[in-house]
Amino acid sequence: MILEQILFYVAATVSLVSTILAVTRHNASHALIYLIISLLASAIIFFLLGAPFAAILEVVIYAGAIMVLFVFVVMMLNLGAPGVNQEREWLRPSMWIFPAILTLVLFFEMVFVLSSSAVLLPGEEIGPKQVGLLLFGPYVLAVEIASMLLLAGLVGAYHLGRRYLDQDRGAG
Amino acid sequence: MSIPMEHGLLLAGILFCIGLTGVIVRRNIIFILMSIEVMLNACGLAFITVGARWGAADGQIMFMLILTIAAAEVAVGLGLLLQVHRRFHSIDIDQASSLRG
Repeated sequence: MILEQILFYVAATVSLVSTILAVTRHNASHALIYLIISLLASAIIFFLLGAPFAAILEVVIYAGAIMVLFVFVVMMLNLGAPGVNQEREWLRPSMWIFPAILTLVLFFEMVFVLSSSAVLLPGEEIGPKQVGLLLFGPYVLAVEIASMLLLAGLVGAYHLGRRYLDQDRGAG
Repeated sequence: MSIPMEHGLLLAGILFCIGLTGVIVRRNIIFILMSIEVMLNACGLAFITVGARWGAADGQIMFMLILTIAAAEVAVGLGLLLQVHRRFHSIDIDQASSLRG
């Protein structure tokens, strides 16, 4: 099906461009908008790969809940124009060269490993029912561990988010 | 469908490398957390691609676990970011390099 291929490559291009823009912006709120676009493009790719449940979770949890947390924090910090200028001062173009070389080396190693096979994806849809049966069957222990992780995250976020944390510095 | 598997994995690899570069280069904690999100999302994309290759639902389950980790990491990371901002009045990661408590 040529249509699915075209949609995949369009979504992949959108995802790459918006991710690059998100990482290189000076203004945090602009970067967040680009990151949300990137995540929505990833959701389209998940849908095309036959994972509709993961696509919905990507939109609802990643692009919805997690990005809203980021937006709230950016609004709370209220950086504005001084923050953008500070960022421009920190982020000189010469700083990109060495990390870019390092990651390009890793990337070409990965391309070398991946280029050995030519497998087409079967493209059959894996619905929420199959995922749920597997999730609460063999993977039920992973669900329990994930719930404990979320509880630990909740407690940690509550503790770190307290306003008076630096007043009782000597007590702990 | 005729999407080659290695193109999906390649996209995941490029996204992971962009996120890794962002983590190394940026000094602003918000951008470092966003780059970590990009890397986690790339891992999820790789899992979904491989799951679609063998027609198994395991890839989507791994994606959901990654989603859980991302949610917990962002909640704690943004709490730390607020504390660093409150204590140092800056969101420069180098300010928090001493760890003297």
